[in-house]
Parts: sequence; C-alpha cells; structure tokens
Amino acid sequence: MDRREFLKRGSTVGLAAGAFLTFGDKINLFANSKTSNPQLYDLVAIKGGEPNAMFDKAIQSFGGMRNFVKQNQTVVIKPNIGWDTSPERAANTNPKLVSQIIKHCFDAGAKDVYVFDHTCDNWTNCYSNSGIEKAAKDAGAKVVSGSSESYYQKVNVEKGKRLKETTVHELILESDVFINVPVLKNHGGAGLTISMKNLMGIVWDRRFWHRNDLHQCIADFASFRKPDLNIIDAYSVMKTNGPRGVSLADVISLKSQIISTDMVAADSAAAKLFGKVPSEIDYIRIANEMKIGTMDLSKLKINRIIL
Amino acid sequence: MDFIFLKKIRVIISIVFILSISIIFIDISFSIQSIFSQYPLYLQFIPSLLKFLSIASITTVGFIIVIFLSLFFGRVYCSSICPLGIFQDIIIFLKNKFRPNKFLYTKSFTKTRYFFLIIAFLTLLFGTSIGLNLLDPYSNFGRILTNIVRPIIIGTNNIIAFTLESFNLYAISPMEFKGISIFALLFSIFIFGLVLLLSFKFGRLYCNTICPVGTFLGLLSKISFFKIGIIKDNCIKCGECEVACKSNCIDSSNEIIDFSRCVGCFNCFEVCPSIGISYLPRYSKPKIVNINSDKRYFIKSLAILTIGSERLLKAQQKIEIYKDSTKPVLRKFPVSPPGSVSISNFTENCTACHLCVSSCPTQVLQPSFLEYGLLGIMQPLMDFKTGYCNYDCVICLQVCPSGAILPQNILEKQLIQLGKSKLIKENCVVYTEKTDCGACAEHCPTKAVKMVLDTEINKKAPFITDDICIGCGACEFACPTKPYKSIYVESNFTHAVAKLPKQENIEQKVDYKEEFPF
Repeated sequence: MDRREFLKRGSTVGLAAGAFLTFGDKINLFANSKTSNPQLYDLVAIKGGEPNAMFDKAIQSFGGMRNFVKQNQTVVIKPNIGWDTSPERAANTNPKLVSQIIKHCFDAGAKDVYVFDHTCDNWTNCYSNSGIEKAAKDAGAKVVSGSSESYYQKVNVEKGKRLKETTVHELILESDVFINVPVLKNHGGAGLTISMKNLMGIVWDRRFWHRNDLHQCIADFASFRKPDLNIIDAYSVMKTNGPRGVSLADVISLKSQIISTDMVAADSAAAKLFGKVPSEIDYIRIANEMKIGTMDLSKLKINRIIL
Repeated sequence: MDFIFLKKIRVIISIVFILSISIIFIDISFSIQSIFSQYPLYLQFIPSLLKFLSIASITTVGFIIVIFLSLFFGRVYCSSICPLGIFQDIIIFLKNKFRPNKFLYTKSFTKTRYFFLIIAFLTLLFGTSIGLNLLDPYSNFGRILTNIVRPIIIGTNNIIAFTLESFNLYAISPMEFKGISIFALLFSIFIFGLVLLLSFKFGRLYCNTICPVGTFLGLLSKISFFKIGIIKDNCIKCGECEVACKSNCIDSSNEIIDFSRCVGCFNCFEVCPSIGISYLPRYSKPKIVNINSDKRYFIKSLAILTIGSERLLKAQQKIEIYKDSTKPVLRKFPVSPPGSVSISNFTENCTACHLCVSSCPTQVLQPSFLEYGLLGIMQPLMDFKTGYCNYDCVICLQVCPSGAILPQNILEKQLIQLGKSKLIKENCVVYTEKTDCGACAEHCPTKAVKMVLDTEINKKAPFITDDICIGCGACEFACPTKPYKSIYVESNFTHAVAKLPKQENIEQKVDYKEEFPF
C-alpha cells in the first residue's frame, strides 16, 4: 500500500457502509437497447459550417438525437478536455459543439447529461480554459471531475489482448447513453487522436497503455464499451505538435465533422480527412482486424454534406 | 492614561491576520492565494527580511515597519501580526474559559533566548536560512497549516464528495492526495505539540525562549520610546496585572516589568483596577546586557561548528531517486521552483513556510527531505513524481513572501529553464519493447521533446531539443516506465533562459467545397 492509498483509505473510513451500499446497482453495462432502430446511414460527414450548425444538420441523417437518447435516460458526454489551452488552439473539443450536443440530448428527453474527461493537465484549469465547463453548464449539463481515482471502477476487457482489465469512470458504467466527442488532431505517440484514442480519457491508468503497446491497448479498449455515438470535431484541426500543440500556428480550419456509431469507420474517415492512410495508423488497422468496426469505407452508407 | 481600548484593537487586528493567513494556506480551490497573499504576509518579519536581502524594494520593507513599531511600542508584532503568537493567544484564551489562567512572574531564560537568536543570525550570516527555516514563527505556522490542517481539510472535502457521489451528486469534487513529506509532517507535529504544551502551561514561554524574532524584537523593545510601566502613585499592589500576564514578565511586588518579554497583549491594562499600569515614555534607563566570557566562547565554537558542518553538508547534494533502480535516475541537484533563480538563492532565502506547496495547483512542489542537504531540510522542490509545472501558472512566484521565489510575469516564467530533459534509452519502451509510446512528447508544452523517427529501430522515439526545454517535468511525470522513468529533468543549478518554441507554418488553404477524400 503506497502513501496515497493509505491516506485515501483512511479518509474513506468515515464513509462507512452507506456509500458502499449504493454501488451495488452500478454495473448496468448492457442496459442499452437502442440498436433495434434502423439507421439511414452508417456515417455522416459534413463540412463548411459552424460546429453547432453542422451538428444540427448531420444528426438528422441519423433520425435525430431521439434515435439515441430516450425519455428520462442519463447521458454521459466525453469530449477531449485534456489540455490547459484556449479553444482556438484546438487541443480540446470545440465548446460550441459540446453545448449543441447537450441541447439535443435534453430536447430528446434526457434526464441528466454529464460531461467529464480524465485530463492530462490540471483538471480545473483544463475545464475552465477549454471553455467546455462554461459551455456545458450553460447548456444544463453537469460537469464532473475525471481526476479522482475514487470514481474509477474495475472492469474486464474480455476481447483485450494486452489490456485485459482496467478501471473506468463510473459515469460511463452508470449512464444509459455514452456519446464520444473527440477532436481530430495530430498525436506524437499514436499518430492521430480521434474516437478510439479519446477513450483513454475514461480510464484511470493510462501509463499501462503506454508501456504495453499503445496501439494494441487502444484497439483492445475499443472493444470494451462502444460509444452509442461518435461525433468527431474537425472544425479546427491541429496538424502538428499534437496532442497539446505549441501555438495557433499548429492549427488549420477544416470546418468539418464526422458522425458514426462505428468508431473504426469514423476514425478511418477522419484519418483520410486529415490526409493520412487509415491502415497506417496501427490502432485503426488492429481494431479493424479485431472486427470492432470496419475501416473499409466503401462498404458503408455514407452521407456526405457540403454546406 | 487609560489604554484599555488598545486590547480591543489588538484582538481585532490579530483576528484579521490569523484568519487571512490561514485562508491563504488552506484554500483548496487555489483561487485566493495568488491575488491576496501579499497583503497579510507583507509584515511577516523573517520572510520580509529575507526578501529585502534578496531584492530591496518597497514590496519588502514590511520588516522595517515592524522594527519601527517595536522601537516605539515594543513587541506589538508578537500579539497582533505573528500568526503563531496569535495562535497561542487563542489557546490561552480557550483554556482560560475552563480553568482561569494564573500567571506569576518568572525569571527570563536569557541564555536559551540568545542561543536561539545567535543560531538564527549565524546561519543567515553563513548563507543558509536553516536557522530561520526551523525557528521562524510564521514559517512554523505555515507548515502546521500545510502539513497538518490542510490534509485534514482535503480529507473532509473528500468524505463529503464521496458521500454526495453515492447520491449521484457531483457538485463537490474529491482532491487527490499527492504525497506528504513524512519529515515535514513530523516536524510540524513536533512544533505544534510544543507550542500547544508551552502555551497551555506557561503562556507565551515559546515566544520568550525559542522564537528568535521574539528575542530580537525584545532587544529593540528594551530601547523603545514607549514602555509599559507601573505608575507607582496609582498602583494598589493588587497583583492582578501579574496574574494576567501570559509573558510572566510583570513583577508586581517589586513594581518591575521586563519589557523585553512583553508581547504587547495589553491584558494588564484591562485587569488593572486603578490605571496603575500604562504606556509611559521611556522613564527608566535600559539595562545593558553584558555578554560575559562564557557567551563569547560559545559564539566562537558555534561559528566554527557552523562553517565546518556547512562544508560537510553541501557535499552531499547528489541525490538518487527511485533507489531500487537498475538504471537509476541520477540527478546532480534537485530541481528548484521557477523564479528561484538558482539553488543557492533559493536555499539561502527559503524559510520553508510551505505557502508555495499549499498553493501549487499541480502539487509538483513538495517539501524536501535531504535533497538540498541537511541545511535545506523541508525547503520545497519540484517533485515530478507527484506532478509537473503548469506552463501557464505563476502562483508560486506570486505568493512567496521571502524572496526565495522571485516574481516574474507569465512570459518570463515560460522561458525559465529549471533544467533540461534527459532520455535514458535503456528504460524507454520505444527502444526496449519496440512499441509506440510518446507520453513524454504528448505532455511537453514547448515540443522540446518530440517524437522523431529513429531509423535504427524504425520507430518514432523521443528527441530532445535542449534550448527550448524549460524543465517543467511534464515528460518525466508522464513517462509510463516503472519503477524507473526513461526521461527526467537534469536540474540547472542556476536557472537558464530557454528559447521560444519553434513555430511551423502550416498551409492554410482549405477548399470547403472540395469533395471528401472518402
């Protein structure tokens, strides 16, 4: 037991049984049954508008948010809030997009919408300086810390090759609907960070991934809990020096967005948009081989919208 | 003249000081320190003195104000401004509620007093703040708050947060404990216990035997313009003032007051039924303290001891972290905080009050143990196991009251090079496992660490550009290899100035009407 563990245990003793009794009903992983709805498209790509306007338009191709969020359900939205930088630097998801998604969730009847990320930089700074905390709160969502180990619960990754178990933020396990909202950007270690890579922000121990074949772990974890919807923000895109970036010079304006329920397809499309070959991003290739999704876009029904 | 109102003023001022100082140390939202800390700390004697010695400016003359105050009114500092003194008054006040205090005149522990004062003075003279570090009342109070009270508050916050969480409420967020320095904790508990015990049993004995600030200001109050004295014509020899004096410095039967021990609490004014005790212009000649030959010998031997031990201790600055490592990370020196200019400037001026430790949002600043040598014990260092220095943060530079960390603006701070990152290839997973990682480059705010193709292994590996590295430790903190890191910050003994990060210009032409590439 290390020092931190010791102190934490000490401080939780006071909680006694009361807190633990409520943990019983937290494992409701497979409580979602929204797959029955036939979708018009597998993937939507849109460009040329503001993030909120593009989302309004693109989500229609999926029959609107009602197809994903039912009355009185709880929703967890996972943007990328990893870095203590301003929105223009595009290291984090666009706050306008996050806000618009939250509004759609409430319009569809969501009871609660939670927003969190396990940030890399100091979480309170990331939340406020990314503009996401304010945007999310103004839209009515609850903004929760992802930087406390106590929120993370142990899960097994059944199909994982290198990553067989990890701890995951309880909101992911408890919420009815999970919406993944990554920002597309360059990444020094993984090549690109998009949907699958964004899920590193819902686990506690990321260092394990880094020292146990990063690409394999990203693909492994993609098999754990597929988000109900992946909305890729490619409005401003960090082309180099990612994932944190150094200055505004790293960023170009692509004014695009990609939405899909298939993370592998979404990441493949986003990789092409970025100018990369999907199969050259190892985790996309591995996830395709593991049949977590498909990177063969030719087999998909894609709606391409240019505003 | 009746000076009873002085006690009320003293109580009000002291409450303002102890509350404001406590708040800046225990604010766990990190919102108050940077905007507010300079006001209550301005008059803290030792930090202000050290800052003056480091940078003489108008922002550092607080201690001169205190000296003038003492030259006029005696040690009013000790009851109104010093947080450790006020803390003792609170204990004495509370105890009095249950068992009324009955103090009696005692003789001064003169030798002990000057012993501690000389230690503090000599260590300062020899370029180390160790004496002040261990003895300064403000710093001891700060350490009690940082190492004892603050963890209790964080623990309470977390219990509330966990309880709310079980009802699916996330309004309060838990705070991670990121390491507590065992030595700093034990030392704080020791001082806390000592102060508690002495104040409970003997009133302000700590301030009149151990505290070097008390003793120094006591010397000044011997020649102060106004002194508290007994007005023989009015005094009815009831002895109430002696019983009320927590400094045990009123000898009512002989009508003598040892003003060098008086902390200026004015309780005697309040209890006197006949205005027999009051502030008077200097009416008696100050007693001259003769330094006898014993003391001379003592000072000499102390000086020799100090010089000798300083040499000895400075030699052991090479430290090893991660002791069990096969490829251990060896640092020549610990990394000192941004704005500290150099390790020598830092260790000479830091009194280890731990305000920077309390106010560091990433908790990278932690109390040291022996990393700076024995003389630098408890002075904070950058501990990249617990965090890394936030690129856009200058809080520690703003709060430091002693000039150990000097104020710099954000743009200057972003170019302060605390050290340079060094890669240990033998530990790095890119080389050992031949798998991608990039955690270090990911966290680097200047891209001094960048993933560049190493043709030997055909993998992108960390590549370090020294001159834009600021030594913030983000790479070291993020490095996933264990138990030994593969990248670490090699400290600059004297901080250097880094170059601005490079900017690459990206082609900005985007055709929004162009078809998608899929």
